Amino acid sequence: MAFTLGVHIILACFGVAFPAIVLIANWKGIRGDADALLLARRWSKVMAVLFAVGAVTGTVLSFELGLLWPGLMGRYGDVFGIPFAFEAIFFFTEAIFIAIYLYGWKRLPPKKHFLTGIPIVLAGAGGTFSIVSANGWMNHPSGFTELPDGSIVDIQPLAAIFNEGVWHQVPHMYLAAYIVAGCCVASVYAVGMLKGRRDRYHTLGFCIPFTVAAIALPLQFFVGDQAARAVYDKQPVKFAAMELVWETGPNQPEVIGGIMDPETGEISWGIQIPDVASILSGFSPDTVIEGLADVPPEDRPPANIVHLAFDVMIFAGSALLAMAAWYGFVWWRRRRLPKTRWFLRATATSGVLAVIALEAGWIVTEVGRQPWVVYGHLRTEDAVTDAGGLWWWFALAVAIYVVVITAGIVVIRTMAKRWQAADAAAAEAGLAADTIDPHAPYAPRPRGRADTGADAERGDR
Amino acid sequence: MLIDTIAVILWAGVTLYAVFGGADFGSGLWDLVAGGDRRGARPRALIDVSIAPVWEANHVWLIFCLVVLWTAFPTVFAAIMTTLYIPLGLAAIGIVFRGAGFAYRHVTRSLAGRRLYGATFAISSVITPFFLGAVAGAVASGRVPIGGDATAPISSWWAPVPVFCGVLAVVVCAWLAAVFLVHEAHRQGDAALQRYFTVRAVGAGVAAGVVAMVGIVLLRNDAPELYDGLTGIALPLVAASAVFGTTALALLWSGRPRGTRPLAAGSVAAVVWAWGLAQHPWMLPDLVTVADAAAPAATLWAVVVAVAVAAVLITPAFVLLYWLDQHSMLDSVDLEWEAAANEGLADTEATAD
Repeated sequence: MAFTLGVHIILACFGVAFPAIVLIANWKGIRGDADALLLARRWSKVMAVLFAVGAVTGTVLSFELGLLWPGLMGRYGDVFGIPFAFEAIFFFTEAIFIAIYLYGWKRLPPKKHFLTGIPIVLAGAGGTFSIVSANGWMNHPSGFTELPDGSIVDIQPLAAIFNEGVWHQVPHMYLAAYIVAGCCVASVYAVGMLKGRRDRYHTLGFCIPFTVAAIALPLQFFVGDQAARAVYDKQPVKFAAMELVWETGPNQPEVIGGIMDPETGEISWGIQIPDVASILSGFSPDTVIEGLADVPPEDRPPANIVHLAFDVMIFAGSALLAMAAWYGFVWWRRRRLPKTRWFLRATATSGVLAVIALEAGWIVTEVGRQPWVVYGHLRTEDAVTDAGGLWWWFALAVAIYVVVITAGIVVIRTMAKRWQAADAAAAEAGLAADTIDPHAPYAPRPRGRADTGADAERGDR
Repeated sequence: MLIDTIAVILWAGVTLYAVFGGADFGSGLWDLVAGGDRRGARPRALIDVSIAPVWEANHVWLIFCLVVLWTAFPTVFAAIMTTLYIPLGLAAIGIVFRGAGFAYRHVTRSLAGRRLYGATFAISSVITPFFLGAVAGAVASGRVPIGGDATAPISSWWAPVPVFCGVLAVVVCAWLAAVFLVHEAHRQGDAALQRYFTVRAVGAGVAAGVVAMVGIVLLRNDAPELYDGLTGIALPLVAASAVFGTTALALLWSGRPRGTRPLAAGSVAAVVWAWGLAQHPWMLPDLVTVADAAAPAATLWAVVVAVAVAAVLITPAFVLLYWLDQHSMLDSVDLEWEAAANEGLADTEATAD
């Protein structure tokens, strides 16, 4: 489950945020920018592949919820299931409009075609809200009363949907999706520019997604900071694990790196900055942070994993923020990209860094909740299926996902190479990429044309 | 009343998935048996053109059914999932390969790649409905106990009725798909393909009828209560299905495909509702009734609200999608191009450009 979810979360980011990036290019395109229009068309094809794989991995997850977690679904399905009902609506909307958008390039009028993309973006936001609301509910279960015999009564759907976790988790995840999608797409063009393809098409292919990510990054730091304080307030055990706090008390140091002995709470390696964890949690060194020593051992999460994942997330995020600041500063002063190749080298890694930050953050929230699957109500061991051969299923799932993801990467790379070849052929035929008629995609389908290498229709497939 | 509403909503979702998802799965079956690269090039191209814009949306009905089931009937959902994890797991694997295979083939040009992804798509299109049908058969024949039972991973579904239901599901998908593809060929103005799929539609329709007859005999021994229901209270629906099916067959045979799509869809929908009616009021036969399995009223209301919102938001979107599709506004997929690609001619054509 964790593995398949870890794969799906990346694809989901593209499903949520990529459409907006495509639409920005599309918008520039219909205002007369041929490069942007070509990018939008090509990106929409990549988006289609990613969406298809995201759709099927998402379906598998809905199977897995039942196959692996009958204890969770059987007991809490009537509370926990409600956000998923809304997610289904948003996913439906997204699937329908993605189909219209993808297959509408040729025949729909440009403005109308652009408008059919808007519901995809909105549905992505709604879907994020629904799914993260379900996850927030696992962290902050609400909207029901559990009787001593374990039966669930007095279900309040609205309270379950708008649980305490929603307010900090949803914006954090939504911004993460834009950062992941923006950085991943931008890093592809950064690599292209490093290889010498420094034309306007590649610059634009870098700038549109990276600008999106660069705007989201500072917001993400603010939201993430709020989220950490919300965890401090409402999930003190998770917070203690994130910050490696053993003894409850004020003046807690911020530990960077470091491994805690799970028996004694002694921290080896790692750098400790006095008072900072307390200051960050409550703006004062006197802020008391609850420590793991006060938690019964069977209720403690594996603190080292949580803490290291937290640090990895912060470091990867900070590196990305530095790139965004660099980009923003040079753009502000000079209205151009930073000239040094180091900027491109750095941003070429931004996609990987963003995915690492995403996965690390997800580990913090999920592992930090252990040993609970529904915080304070249901332990993971009680929710998991007792079906045999779980490890076989896991191995099978890993094998299948590796095959599907590898094939997906091969397919997308093949498309990219084909486009490069088409661009090279167009350049050879004396047509710069930006001289392609900007309205070509929206024209009636040309039939039987075989004159130049700049056949935009065929070249884009 | 509220519980009945939810049950009807769930069953409507099952019906829509059976009809639309079924047509998609069946297309994969025809893809599988279309023959070599040259012979199968045009049928495969038609299949691609026909389902590319709609398959993801059609597929969401499955998620809809799962979500309604686990929200409104959580204990039954958990019991089914625990007991039938093998066929459900295999169906899930089939869903991954099918979606990925189709999406990858769609954007691949090399013949080797198209063969590989196409075969993946086609094989998993047959496997998935078989296992989903087997799950339905296992539930209908009372093989899922309360609370679930993970100790009989094979025998819980490897039995006459579930296997029969799996086979029926595959044949029904083939029938639906062939009828839809006859229309698509007609719309594309390709008389040869129209004949090609008319023959197959008739074959699949007859096969579905024969399998259903055999099934009735099986049910009599293996699931007598379901048999009583189908031959009792649900008999009008069974008869309606037969009438719809034979009418569609007769029209197809006489070369008049007009109106056969709703008839074919109706023949399948009638069977799905006959099953529902025959099993009513049991959710798990003889063990749990729909009313007993239902979640508390507040949750059911939330589901009703969600479905109402869905109806308001999604119905117009769906109508728009199908309207645009049927009015040839969505045609980035080109039949001739796909056919050439299936024969391995796409690359040479591209270089000729």
